[in-house]
Amino acid sequence: MYKEICAKYAPTKDNLIYILHDIQDSHPQHYISPDAVKAISEYLNLPENHIYGVLTFYSMYSTNPRGKNIIRLCESPPCYIKGSENILRKLKTILGVGVGETTKDGKFTLELCACLGVCGNAPVMMINEDVYGDLSEEKVEDIIEKMRGRN
Amino acid sequence: MKYFRSHVLVGINETSVAAGVHSFVKALRAELSKTGLSDEINILETGPLGFFGKGICVTVYPDNINYENLKEEHITELVQEHFLKGRPVAHLLLESAGKFSPKLNYNKRIVLRNSGIIDPEKIDDYIGTGGYEAWEKALTKMEPKQIVDEVKNSGLRGRGGAGFPTGVKWSFTAPLETEQKYVVVNADEGEPGTFKDRLIMEGDPHQLLEGIMICARAVGATKAYIYIRGEYKLCIQRLQKAIDDCKNYGIIGKNIFDSGFDLDIQIKIGAGAYVCGEETALIESLEGNRGHPRWKPPFPGVKGLWQAPTVVNNVETLANVPFIIANGANEFSKYGTLECPGTKVYTILGDVAYPGLCEVDMGTTLRTIINDYAGGMKKGFKFKAALVGGAAGMILSERLLDVKMDLASLNQYSAVLGSGAILVMNEHQSIADMLWSILRFFRHESCGKCAPCKNGTQQLYRLITKIKKGDGTMDDVDLMLKIAETMQQTSFCALGQSPIMAIRSAIDNFRDEFIAITQK
Repeated sequence: MYKEICAKYAPTKDNLIYILHDIQDSHPQHYISPDAVKAISEYLNLPENHIYGVLTFYSMYSTNPRGKNIIRLCESPPCYIKGSENILRKLKTILGVGVGETTKDGKFTLELCACLGVCGNAPVMMINEDVYGDLSEEKVEDIIEKMRGRN
Repeated sequence: MKYFRSHVLVGINETSVAAGVHSFVKALRAELSKTGLSDEINILETGPLGFFGKGICVTVYPDNINYENLKEEHITELVQEHFLKGRPVAHLLLESAGKFSPKLNYNKRIVLRNSGIIDPEKIDDYIGTGGYEAWEKALTKMEPKQIVDEVKNSGLRGRGGAGFPTGVKWSFTAPLETEQKYVVVNADEGEPGTFKDRLIMEGDPHQLLEGIMICARAVGATKAYIYIRGEYKLCIQRLQKAIDDCKNYGIIGKNIFDSGFDLDIQIKIGAGAYVCGEETALIESLEGNRGHPRWKPPFPGVKGLWQAPTVVNNVETLANVPFIIANGANEFSKYGTLECPGTKVYTILGDVAYPGLCEVDMGTTLRTIINDYAGGMKKGFKFKAALVGGAAGMILSERLLDVKMDLASLNQYSAVLGSGAILVMNEHQSIADMLWSILRFFRHESCGKCAPCKNGTQQLYRLITKIKKGDGTMDDVDLMLKIAETMQQTSFCALGQSPIMAIRSAIDNFRDEFIAITQK
């Protein structure tokens, strides 16, 4: 599977970021496994340590298996002064996990992130590709409840 | 051509998409055709409207009425009351607006001239407003050197934070004779509180493209990359559509307008690292490496992407270029101040009545921006401080409300203009708390290449945490200053050189507060 994804891109180093994005998005657990790193290393003819270097540098990649839905709550100053800490507390309570952890049923992973550029609607979080703004504790509960039902 | 008695502008952005704007527009169109209004009322899906309401926001012209948080169940009422009977629906109006007119938000529009007016996904809309005339002029009627000189004479300075004169930057790269040169657009907006570039790209992607084209011609680059953060899905989608449309129209590609000039523009997606806003780190990232900054010199203008001469410019900077070429340097320098001509796009956030986006003359005071463009403070709140320029910016107190906001004037107070983010705080908010949040950000984003920044950001975070908790002393406060000053002098890139700004301004302007908190 990894080889097929790699083959979509020319075997040049500048495509590494794209290959990593693609492999991570295609994996049901949204992460880059050691096997994937090996496959990329062979395809791009780059040492594995270079790939790990890049992979662990950027915040969008993960080397650990993650949940079906990835929650990324913004913790930058504009969201912070609008109460993102309260939202974080609420998320931890309703999900029963800490930051960087995945719920037992494998549905959610809770992460923190830097500014998402949607500060007009702070506090803000992203779940997978979607942005949720103007968060309140009630609203967060509602969003998670709905997603639980859907999946 | 059809004439409509009313235009309904629907803002399409990340939040409204999440709120279901696409099905809302569909339902609205259906309702209009049901009531026979399709020929009278025009619906235009556009970019940012200039204010930040909740959910789906709409502006109705010519009445200039703003609605927010619209849902599909409101459509019948909206059509019956407003569009049929001409009575705005009071309970759906933009809550914070009151009598405040958002028209004011667009004082001098250069960069945002089309934003919220044209459909950003239609190239014909852009061409209809005079778009790509500057590109044609630059390509067929001007020599590259003339373009560089025109931009130099305009006095345009980089809008990404550092404020380097754009024409001068181009003049380093233009005369070099190599096989390949590049233009790289820095659209990796990551400064907390800043999202002007997102709004520029969402509202008018073609204007950015036209700026890129002119820049490429001026310096002789045949390839351009837009390095954009992965989270900006709508921008990526709109830019890609704009690039495809340009290719179809022959505006870019091979032998453009029979001039013999080729140009290819590609979008490159980032993976989340604040430091990649630094131009050499950005180049490293483009090459498929960790985003570590490079030693300068050589500057990217001489040796950049794959060691070829590369001009790296911010989105807002390039979006100014078509205006300069179309109207001339003199017209551009009528705006703003003598040392710093032109306009600046700000995003105003926090405890103001009317958070939003505005484009004003360089040199407009913070007081004017807050009072005239953001409707003053939110009801019941008093101004305490404003964080200007994001995490790498300054915390300004009331004393500095009347300082002109341009690079030269702010320099006198060793302040920086930064990226154009203004975060307003009320009297109940704690400065130490704010500083804590900023330093936590730097600790997280330090790339780890050089020791002063890697260790310094950790120590600063440790100290501010102690102070915030009430366990610190004034010695700790002074130690923070010392560490940050050392970092400013010794760090490899601008990231490590930046924390001093916020720390010094916070301590200088709010020393009493630090004394109070350390003596608790």
